[in-house]
Amino acid sequence: MYTLSVYMWCMVLGMSVPLTLLGLLEREPSHGYDLKRDYDTFFGRGKPLPFGQVYATLARLARDGKVVIAVEPGDGPERKRYVITESGASEVNAWLVEPLAPEPHLQTVLFAKVVLAIMLGRPAEEYLDTQRRAHLARMRELTEVKRGGNLVDALLADHGLFHLEADLRWIDTTVARLDALTKEVAR
Amino acid sequence: MIEARAVTLSFGETPALRGADLRVAEGEILAVMGPSGSGKSTLLHCLAGILVPDSGEIHFAGQRVDTLDEGARSALRRDRFGFVFQFGQLVPELTAVENVALPLLLAGTRRRAAITEASAWFARLDLDGLQQRRSGELSGGQAQRVALARGLVSRPQVLFADEPTGSLDSLTGEHVMDLLVGSAREQGTTVVVVTHEARVAAYADREVIVRDGKVTSLDAEPVRS
Ligand SMILES: Nc1ncnc2c1ncn2[C@@H]1O[C@H](COP(=O)(O)OP(=O)(O)O)[C@@H](O)[C@H]1O
Ligand SMILES: [Mg+2]
Repeated sequence: MYTLSVYMWCMVLGMSVPLTLLGLLEREPSHGYDLKRDYDTFFGRGKPLPFGQVYATLARLARDGKVVIAVEPGDGPERKRYVITESGASEVNAWLVEPLAPEPHLQTVLFAKVVLAIMLGRPAEEYLDTQRRAHLARMRELTEVKRGGNLVDALLADHGLFHLEADLRWIDTTVARLDALTKEVAR
Repeated sequence: MIEARAVTLSFGETPALRGADLRVAEGEILAVMGPSGSGKSTLLHCLAGILVPDSGEIHFAGQRVDTLDEGARSALRRDRFGFVFQFGQLVPELTAVENVALPLLLAGTRRRAAITEASAWFARLDLDGLQQRRSGELSGGQAQRVALARGLVSRPQVLFADEPTGSLDSLTGEHVMDLLVGSAREQGTTVVVVTHEARVAAYADREVIVRDGKVTSLDAEPVRS
């Protein structure tokens, strides 16, 4: 079943594929195949990442100095193990720590950040709280617009507010279920 | 202006607060959020001198509140604090304007002056013409605005509001919050508003979250001082 939400998921998550792969590499050096398998398990949502995209992304990361390739003796693509560099690791860290710009429909990227944070033993709850603050700060701005503005401003602000509110409820629910999610991810 | 330090309070075996810390700056509008049962109302009641913590301290305007006796705390509540609760809790035997005048009457203002001052709030809170209604003859939103007027009429230094929009639909609730924030800013009243709704909290200057009887997000310091 290819629903709109799955489509949205792929669209939004598509932007963070390189960072997600980098995050997976921060656990340990891996082969492309293992990366794809873990990506599909935790982030694929029924739409596997094509091998072509995995290797193209890894090649770009290597070109940019975020990973290095350790070649093992033998044949085939699985001879290559990818190892994250300092620069790659600090990019993952910056991405995890920084809240996303509070626009609606971020929960998919947020979800990727939360799962990776758990995998890497980082404080997922702290990241979610930071995100929560960023969302509420944006909601305060929109509320100010609404209070000072005309009806059109108010209606547009309301649209943003309702969507941000939905994301915020998702954040709260996720915080409340972090223990369960941690068990799931650790399996 | 108000501060809770390491406040704990249990109801029998149930711990409601387990070391709650909070600072509210003068003139600040603070939203207290958190899941239901996390201790928000209990914290509000401790700050307002309604409940006395098992341990920890409450300070208001440089004064220790939790060590005051019941009489002194009750005077503090009457003279310095205003309250709005989820269900307006208007006195059904009184008219709307008498309800609003009540805090002034209790503080010793003469009836005529109290009614005049109370009446002025009706225009301010879009309640014109409803002065003589009883609470049974008001809509939920109207009753809550009457309750807000009653909370603000004595020009309290701090307004404590516990889920003031909790019984209202979202449009009506926002109208109440709009007026609450507008009036509080106008008269420099500090506000502590408990709510679990983000859209209500977005009317405040800052928010904290209560989880399991503790306050998180303390890193965000008061924006005004
Ligand atoms: N009067 C009371 N008697 C017994 N338990 C109470 C009383 N008031 C609150 N509690 C308990 O204390 C905890 C915190 O309650 P409360 O402060 O009302 O939470 P919130 O306002 O965040 O929903 C809950 O477990 C609640 O059941
Ligand atoms: Mg409560």
